[in-house]
Amino acid sequence: MEAEKKIIMDFLEGKKGKTKFYFNDLCKALPDMKQRDVKKILTALVNDGKLEFWSSGSTTLYGMVGAGKQHSTEEGE
Amino acid sequence: MAKHPTPLLDQLETGPWPSFVSDIKQEAEHRSKNPKGIDFQAPQDCPADLLGVLELSFKEKETHWKHGGIVGVFGYGGGVIGRYCDKPEEFPGVAHFHTVRINQPAGKYYHTDYLRGVCDIWELRGSGLTNMHGSTGDLVLLGTVTPQLEEIFYDMTHKLNTDLGGSGGNLRTPADCLGQSRCEFACYDTQDLCHTLTNDYQDELHRPAFPYKFKFKFDGCPNSCVAALARSDFSVVGTWKDDIQIDQAKVKAYVGGEFKPNAGAHAGRDWGKFDIVKEVIERCPTKCMSFDGALKIDNANCTRCMHCINVMPRALRVGKEKGASILLGAKAPILDGAQLSSLLVPFVPVEKPYTEIKEVIENIWDWWMEEGKNRERVGETMKRLSFQKLLEVTNIKPVAQHVKEPRSNPYIFFREDEVLGGWTRDINEFRKRHAR
Repeated sequence: MEAEKKIIMDFLEGKKGKTKFYFNDLCKALPDMKQRDVKKILTALVNDGKLEFWSSGSTTLYGMVGAGKQHSTEEGE
Repeated sequence: MAKHPTPLLDQLETGPWPSFVSDIKQEAEHRSKNPKGIDFQAPQDCPADLLGVLELSFKEKETHWKHGGIVGVFGYGGGVIGRYCDKPEEFPGVAHFHTVRINQPAGKYYHTDYLRGVCDIWELRGSGLTNMHGSTGDLVLLGTVTPQLEEIFYDMTHKLNTDLGGSGGNLRTPADCLGQSRCEFACYDTQDLCHTLTNDYQDELHRPAFPYKFKFKFDGCPNSCVAALARSDFSVVGTWKDDIQIDQAKVKAYVGGEFKPNAGAHAGRDWGKFDIVKEVIERCPTKCMSFDGALKIDNANCTRCMHCINVMPRALRVGKEKGASILLGAKAPILDGAQLSSLLVPFVPVEKPYTEIKEVIENIWDWWMEEGKNRERVGETMKRLSFQKLLEVTNIKPVAQHVKEPRSNPYIFFREDEVLGGWTRDINEFRKRHAR
């Protein structure tokens, strides 16, 4: 699991510009793995405090903790 | 004295219906007086500022809400919808105004003590404004601030034994009709199935991994009180396999005027004497009924419209061999128009531990997670990749009920391996027998 976690984090760190990703986008980092297994890795990364959810209410995206727009900057924009 | 003048909203209160403006004003006044001396954890004047920002939007004809954000409880990707106002200096009470969805109990049965508990938590930690119930069925709590989210989650789970509902690319909060608790038409225990699947699919409800939303709804019979086949991706609708049960003596009692049709539901006006031919036989959509002193039903042609049973509930009953039909793919018209569910499993017995139903669900999820595009509902994936593909991934054999009408979608084609000799042929051999 640790190796897969690293692949996901490397994938995210390698992305320039975008900070929030669909679940499907992250599955491309582990193309040979079943989607349900990728989900287990992402859940573990959320529980480790490395990934966080961003939700519009209708759609949910994943992002690295601290990357892109954060809660503290929402207010007052 | 109101915090913000609201002439446009005031006008809305003059209509004939109960007004949400009056409700918000009532809460604004209640919070400003604070008769119970509550130490409000969300701004005391948030209902007043909510009215203010709405008045401004009516005036300017544009919204001042931004939606979405990194708000939620730890480990959950759904249940909280971030809402921020883009005029925080003017309306500080609604600078954060997040929505919290609470998973309603199956059949929406709850005790008044429970409801008081929800309201007490929300008065202390939120705006005091609720939406009972949201369209998907959740108890919707409107407006709180980010630091209160974990507190609300703790109170809901520990004091009321209640979890958050679904939002985003998740399984949404499953919903059902009252089922066998109050309804003689229910063909299976909707509440047990709804509650069991809610518990079994907690991971799917709280941790998003689907291309888009996915909704379960459970109707006990084809009267469809929760409108499952119009409102849910996966619709389970109660049905029966054998014949409608007929009590001929009671049919005669309806004809003779001893029983009121529709259990007296249309008694507000004099419709004259009950006429079984006009009101039942001729209303049957498949014309499968006749009456010559005794009622006859050609059950093979019955489409379970429920009309005759609804009109004469003391004389007619659903069959004895009960179960459900499973339909897939309903959605609202964000893309490509609204869509009703398509029949996938004509009949399945609904028995604990619901293994057959769960197998269908999980096969669909595996396929949709693999093939679905971002923000594509399963009904759209089904349309894009064909109904036949859906049958393949769910290991369901095509049957006549899957075909709406021959040569229009969804049409089922034979595959080459299902045809003796396959598609290949020797054209020279063919030409020996058939001149060009």
